[in-house]
Amino acid sequence: MDGFIFDVAHLFAGGLVLASLMLLYQRRLYALLNVFAVQAFVLALSVAWQAYIQDAPHLYITAAIALVFKAIVIPVVLHRMIVRLGIHREIETVVGIGPTMLVGMGLVALSTVVMLQVAGAVDPLAREDLAFALSVVLLGLLLMVTRRNAVSQVVGFMSVENGLVLAATGARGMPFVVEISVAFSILIAFIVIGIFLFRIRERFDTVDIETIDSFRGELR
Amino acid sequence: MSVVLLFVAALLVLALLPIGFGRAARVSTALYLAATAISLFLFGFALSHLVSGGAPLTLKLPIGLPFVGANFRLDALSAFFLAVVNLGGTAASLYGIGYGRHEKSPERVLPFYPAFLAAMNLVVLADDAFTFLLSWEFMSLASWALVMAHHKERGNARAGYIYLVMAGFGTFCLLLGFGLLAGPDGGYTFEAMRAGHATPLIEALILALVLVGAGSKAGLVPLHVWLPLAHPAAPSHVSALMSGVMTKVAVYGFVRIVFDLLNGGSWWSGLVVLVLGGVTAALGVLYALMQHDLKRLLAYHTVENIGIIFIGLGLALAFQANGMAAGAALALTAALFHVFNHSLFKSLLFFGAGAVLTATGERDMEHLGGLIHKMPLTSFAFLVGCVAISALPPLNGFVSEWLTFQAILISPVLPQWALKLTIPAVGALLALSAALAAACFVKAFGITFLGRARSKAAEAATEVDRFSLTAMFALSALCLLAGILPGFVIDGLAPAIQGLVGAHMPPQAGERWLSIVPIAESRSSYDGLLVFIFIALSAFIAATAVHRLASHALRRSDPWDCGFPNADPATQYTAGSFAQPIRRVFGTLVFRAREHVEMPPPGSLEPARFETTLRDLVWDGIYAPIAGGINYAADHINWMQFLTVRRYLTLVFVSLVALLLVLAL
Amino acid sequence: MSTILDLLVQGAQMALVLLLAPFLTGLVRKVKARLLRRRGPPVLQPYRDLIRLFRKEVVLAHNASWLFRVAPYLIFAATWVAVALVPTFATGLTFSWSADLIAITALIGGARFFLALAGMDVGTSFGGIGASREVMIASLAEPAMIMITFTVALIAGSTQLSSIAQFMLSPEAGLSVSLGLALVALIIVSLAENARVPVDNPATHLELTMVHEAMVLEYSGRHLAMVELAASLKLLLYVSLIACIFAPWGLAAPGAGPIALAVGAFSYLVKLTIGAGLLGLFETAIAKMRVFRVPEFLGGAFMLGLLATLLLFVLRSH
Repeated sequence: MDGFIFDVAHLFAGGLVLASLMLLYQRRLYALLNVFAVQAFVLALSVAWQAYIQDAPHLYITAAIALVFKAIVIPVVLHRMIVRLGIHREIETVVGIGPTMLVGMGLVALSTVVMLQVAGAVDPLAREDLAFALSVVLLGLLLMVTRRNAVSQVVGFMSVENGLVLAATGARGMPFVVEISVAFSILIAFIVIGIFLFRIRERFDTVDIETIDSFRGELR
Repeated sequence: MSVVLLFVAALLVLALLPIGFGRAARVSTALYLAATAISLFLFGFALSHLVSGGAPLTLKLPIGLPFVGANFRLDALSAFFLAVVNLGGTAASLYGIGYGRHEKSPERVLPFYPAFLAAMNLVVLADDAFTFLLSWEFMSLASWALVMAHHKERGNARAGYIYLVMAGFGTFCLLLGFGLLAGPDGGYTFEAMRAGHATPLIEALILALVLVGAGSKAGLVPLHVWLPLAHPAAPSHVSALMSGVMTKVAVYGFVRIVFDLLNGGSWWSGLVVLVLGGVTAALGVLYALMQHDLKRLLAYHTVENIGIIFIGLGLALAFQANGMAAGAALALTAALFHVFNHSLFKSLLFFGAGAVLTATGERDMEHLGGLIHKMPLTSFAFLVGCVAISALPPLNGFVSEWLTFQAILISPVLPQWALKLTIPAVGALLALSAALAAACFVKAFGITFLGRARSKAAEAATEVDRFSLTAMFALSALCLLAGILPGFVIDGLAPAIQGLVGAHMPPQAGERWLSIVPIAESRSSYDGLLVFIFIALSAFIAATAVHRLASHALRRSDPWDCGFPNADPATQYTAGSFAQPIRRVFGTLVFRAREHVEMPPPGSLEPARFETTLRDLVWDGIYAPIAGGINYAADHINWMQFLTVRRYLTLVFVSLVALLLVLAL
Repeated sequence: MSTILDLLVQGAQMALVLLLAPFLTGLVRKVKARLLRRRGPPVLQPYRDLIRLFRKEVVLAHNASWLFRVAPYLIFAATWVAVALVPTFATGLTFSWSADLIAITALIGGARFFLALAGMDVGTSFGGIGASREVMIASLAEPAMIMITFTVALIAGSTQLSSIAQFMLSPEAGLSVSLGLALVALIIVSLAENARVPVDNPATHLELTMVHEAMVLEYSGRHLAMVELAASLKLLLYVSLIACIFAPWGLAAPGAGPIALAVGAFSYLVKLTIGAGLLGLFETAIAKMRVFRVPEFLGGAFMLGLLATLLLFVLRSH
């Protein structure tokens, strides 16, 4: 029975990594938001399962926050924002999708090796979970780095936070107050970013990072 | 032993024969017939020695270095490679009896051909560094002369030049490697080298030098650039020998030095060889897919197969360094089985290409097509070669690939981290190259033999002579036999493997229905004979049932043309268009493949132009800068050619004083 | 006596897959039609199509060679042998040890090799476009399949399908991330190999959207019947493969009695029906990709397989 419990936890963590890889694969903005909603849903399931096996009821609230905010509210808000911004709905990638996924694979391998070297003394099952959490963080950062569209960078940022939540719940140690404060700071950051995106769009008629960069006005 | 050497000497004598009588047509036939007979005898001798498992035969001749002499030795490993060399030699000579009649300048080919065969035999038999290097260089020179046989054709002179430079560089590296192996005592015999012990740093240096030296002859990336230029330039039976046999002699050099004289490497040497093998395999087949010259496609494909062999060798090194002799035996068996298989089907394919060249005068696939109607027997043999090289059961290519995969599947036991991360990636590269190889040969066979003829030459083709056909069919039969009865080949290899890694695969002869079981029944097994019987039986049942129960009516008609009939064969797919999807997917990154379309403005009657550019990144990144650097240096040191006599004397005086200073300090 | 019984069971397996293959195809078409609010052809229609094709006259192009006429039988034979080696209702059949999962993948590759050659034989551009796209898809689908084979073999300790199925039935098999990744990758590879939406549309005859259909465009009569039967067998192979590795419940153990065999056969039928339903649902729900999006799709499956193998190498260091 023990093995089954841990296997399910690992399956959820692996599902989160799979969802992060799928985020890298998308070419269209709406599909990206849908996959992000799926990722948040899998995160909610994973946190709820951890709450069940660790017997920690406050984690149920974390799961509920993840489900309501990240799987429903944020994608809907971003969807509306895209419609109002009227921006280009194809995601322009810096490198092709193939090489991006290859690099993503390498990052998962890297985080697995790093975790196994660094956390050598820890219980191997917790190590696997941490390795997956680190991969999700790295893949979220990769998403931010290889996309030109500002909305996809917001999604990547959210995905990084998902990875952190996974790490924290897996390590059975995150106090509730930390979780609330992290969630609030993310929310505030999100609101501020949203406001700024609108201002940028008003001013420059685009939210493409490359184009905006040319307006910096420095001597090169 | 002396019998073997006598026959090799006979080959050398044969080389001298045409010098007086080169032009006569009979001389060519007689020479190739004699070469066939001699090679066949040597093959039989090597095979009997391998199977009987006798003690190694040695011989020492009092020629060569004063205190070393010329040592020759025939142990199990040499016997295996001797068998491979002479099997290729027999087939090529048999093919040459018919092919040689069409040779326009026989006096440039005939003297060097038996010399080439003799040199390859001598390399495999050599037991000390001097004999080995002498035979190796002789082999390079003889093959260079054969590459330059048609030196007036475009590109051949450049191919010969690059080949000579690379071969010389390779021999130089091997020379340094042997020097390091001999150590400060100067023990040049292989006996002395086996007994010696080198520090890990020296061992690493030796491995690097041997990898460069033998690897450049075998065709490892990035040292492969001469291979696709030189192999197609030679006459077809020589191309078969160079691709199918000479590269294997290079593999022999690597195996002998690293596994035997160095007693295996460390685990990271296995890693390096593994990575090089994987990259070579993937790049080789991608290069091959972009070619439309049939012989160049086959030459690049040799590079891929050498990569597969080196993957097996790297795994064997890694297993041996970790003390897992059984795993090393499996990996090494897979590599050596692939050596045998590749020499068979690559020779067969080059013979087919030679037959096409003889019948049509064309090597470019864009001008061929429809040859299955004009050359039915050649096309059948070529098809068998294509199926074998694409690793499809029940032929032999599948068995060696299956064994390599089994070796990869037992490698999670290797403890080193770098190996754990690299081996799955190399396995992925191997799987990718296998799938791309099948694509490559669908293209090669489909464009050349199927469809409609794309030029007058292809329409006028006729079947080639009996000797060529016999050679091709003999090799096809061997491909099938090696695929159906792999257990015998594995058992035949066992003495050689035992000598190298100290273990061998479990004996396969007793397995039920002649299957092979590399590790244990419960893990995996493969039965080529049963698969062949099942496929034949199923096809037979299907054909009989259909012919009994279904309608027999058949009508010939025009093909479907969607309402726009165009009988011009130019409307069918070309080699370039067949490879276009793969070029778009892989070539954009690997070759910087770019397509450029120029459309004329509306109303203009000019044709549209479509241009594809590919860049060889290895050439641009490594060789072009080196060549540029050498030219730059040569230009700037050139002033030393025009000094006065007094200045030259000063130079000599200064260098003499410098040497004396070094000696004094 | 038991040898004869074993041989009979093996023969029954071969006959069963041959009989069920058109049924599966018909079921998938029926599900798709129903989901599109059409009545759709009857489930047994493919059988009638095959009989009709066998009775028809073969129309050959003037320059079709012997390869064109022989290829359908070779393709059928290779596919039938491959399917016969997959455990459908029982494991440990008499000849199941003669070829493992790698050999089955290679046999399917062989069938595809000859199909591509047949496409190029007549020398029109339709065959060329089908063959060139098919080898591009295969150049990524086959390595993905090999990676999936590695993953499953490393977990189950063998490449033999019977041993794998028996391992999955035993309590040692747990849920594992690599297995989940392998399942996703296998589903993607199955869609690609069987020319299903989103990779290829099996119901179209517009040349720019065809891959498999373009290669068989010139076939007619009994040859076309053999090729269609081989394609149905291939679909059955992949559905059976997914069922045997990831849902092995109900498989009869080697040497079991007739009751266990009957249970195995019944559970196999249930699995086939569920598989057909899911496939029909998926094909209706998703649109076909443009051709150069397919390598990214299959590349994703290849990466997932590689990731699954890598995780097994790294995390199970014994």
